[in-house]
Amino acid sequence: MNKYLKIAAAAVACATVLGVGGLMADPINETLTIDGQEMVSRTKAPEGHPFDEVYSGWLFRTEETRALQTDTFNNPAMLGVEVGEAIWNTVDGKEGKSCASCHGDAAESMKGIGASYPKWDKDANRPINIELQINKCRENNMGAEPYPFDKGGQKELTAYIKHQSLGTPVKIDLSQGELQSWWDKGKELYYTRNGQLNLACSNCHEDLMGKMIRADHLSQGQINGFPTYRLKSGGLVSVHNRFRGCIRDVRASFPKAFSDELMALEVYVTWRGTGLSVETPGVRQ
Amino acid sequence: MRASLHSAVAGLGLAIAIASGATAAEVAPADVKFTEDNTVEASLTGTPGDPAKGREVFADRRLGNCLACHANTDMKDQLFHGDVGPSLDGVASRWNEVQLRAILVDSKKVFTDATVMPGFYTLNVGINVREESVGKTIISAQDVEDVVAYLATLKE
Ligand code: HEC
Ligand code: HEC
Ligand code: HEC
Repeated sequence: MNKYLKIAAAAVACATVLGVGGLMADPINETLTIDGQEMVSRTKAPEGHPFDEVYSGWLFRTEETRALQTDTFNNPAMLGVEVGEAIWNTVDGKEGKSCASCHGDAAESMKGIGASYPKWDKDANRPINIELQINKCRENNMGAEPYPFDKGGQKELTAYIKHQSLGTPVKIDLSQGELQSWWDKGKELYYTRNGQLNLACSNCHEDLMGKMIRADHLSQGQINGFPTYRLKSGGLVSVHNRFRGCIRDVRASFPKAFSDELMALEVYVTWRGTGLSVETPGVRQ
Repeated sequence: MRASLHSAVAGLGLAIAIASGATAAEVAPADVKFTEDNTVEASLTGTPGDPAKGREVFADRRLGNCLACHANTDMKDQLFHGDVGPSLDGVASRWNEVQLRAILVDSKKVFTDATVMPGFYTLNVGINVREESVGKTIISAQDVEDVVAYLATLKE
């Protein structure tokens, strides 16, 4: 791939018809480097993928937003990651253990792990994501209560674990257990029109990728940067919260976090980002 | 925009179907009649559209939210116009009112099922509609008439 060149916005075709919008249409032609480490933010799509190339959501954000992600020192989400690190080392639950008691230094034990989730969980007989794996360890190994969705430090600890995979290309193993059938289910959901506005994920993130929907530059809807930091709300956003937000926006009722529907979507959407570097924590508008 | 010759004839009294709970003489979504040429000839309410109100419905994010997908120079004071659909500048020179009404009521009937433009006065929608929107259209019959009247002012 390209060497670390900072190509200014030059290559970007300005496709807005009127002066009113005045924003770019295509993903920017730039390489994301974080603290000098080059990320894979565009790459050849896996076989059977609707796109030739997969793009990180970073390529669709404004210059100012993009800049926040190039340096962990400036990245506002790193505060959350640090909270996650503190939780990692904090004893909780009846067993008097912390995550570190068993897993030691996360930089070693969790390196690259987040890039291959969701995985198949034999015990639960369904896919498991990092959030659910954390809960599993809390319940089974620490004698602690599982975190409720998005609460108690779930987002921060998830961001901390995923951050240990920074730069590692996303790759899930669909041959585990019945993961393939969850992928199938996720694909079906992805292409199903929902809600009063009657739109599917694929309408916005595939058919309209690169277009402006009001002020939003439509990306491929990838999740390699999650949990991401949203400047609008000033906090970390989990994958399932983002999915629910997109479903709510088409005026559909949205499934519960970690429900079969959203886990199937997560399996499928993760696969759609195969080969992209984990960028956690990404920064979004 | 100044007033124009909107829906002069407007099919007064033609609208007979009465939706339960709706104003008398309002055509229910399922009863809107499309001609073979994909037009909706009759007014949905019998009350002539008000272009000024239509302009508001067009811009309102909770109602038409048309700027999400369409640019419109008449609203250049508003930031950020989408480019999902074509610019609506001069749209009344491309489509007449009975066609515009049909596009608004159910764009899928005029374009194709693949269009991403929502149908604004149809119950032919996606699955799992949120509770408060079940059985409801995005905008009312009179809103449709008002937006049609507004679009009719957008001439080349
Ligand atoms: C008592 C020891 C113990 C504690 C404490 C513990 N874990 Fe685990 N953890 C394990 C074991 C054993 C496994 C592998 C088997 C399994 O999946 O349960 C594991 C697996 C994992 C994995 C999956 C690794 C992979 O290769 O996919 C993650 C992630 C993880 N733990 C995170 C945590 C976090 C975060 C905490 C603190 C909230 C924690 N664990 C606390 C024992 C522990
Ligand atoms: C009406 C259009 C629309 C639909 C339908 C839609 N989204 Fe989105 N989505 C957006 C917009 C706008 C954004 C913010 C800009 C962007 O990244 O595309 C977004 C962002 C996202 C992101 C975050 C991407 C990133 O890089 O941070 C994910 C993930 C996502 N959507 C997934 C989905 C899924 C899954 C569905 C179907 C359940 C869906 N979306 C349906 C409009 C839509
Ligand atoms: C989610 C995006 C979206 C929204 C919201 C939307 N449209 Fe559209 N519209 C489109 C697309 C896309 C087309 C092009 C037709 C096609 O799908 O082939 C279109 C076409 C049109 C056309 C025909 C234009 C021409 O020049 O051929 C009109 C008129 C129109 N829309 C009016 C409206 C009005 C009025 C609203 C608000 C009440 C609206 N649209 C909301 C996406 C949208």
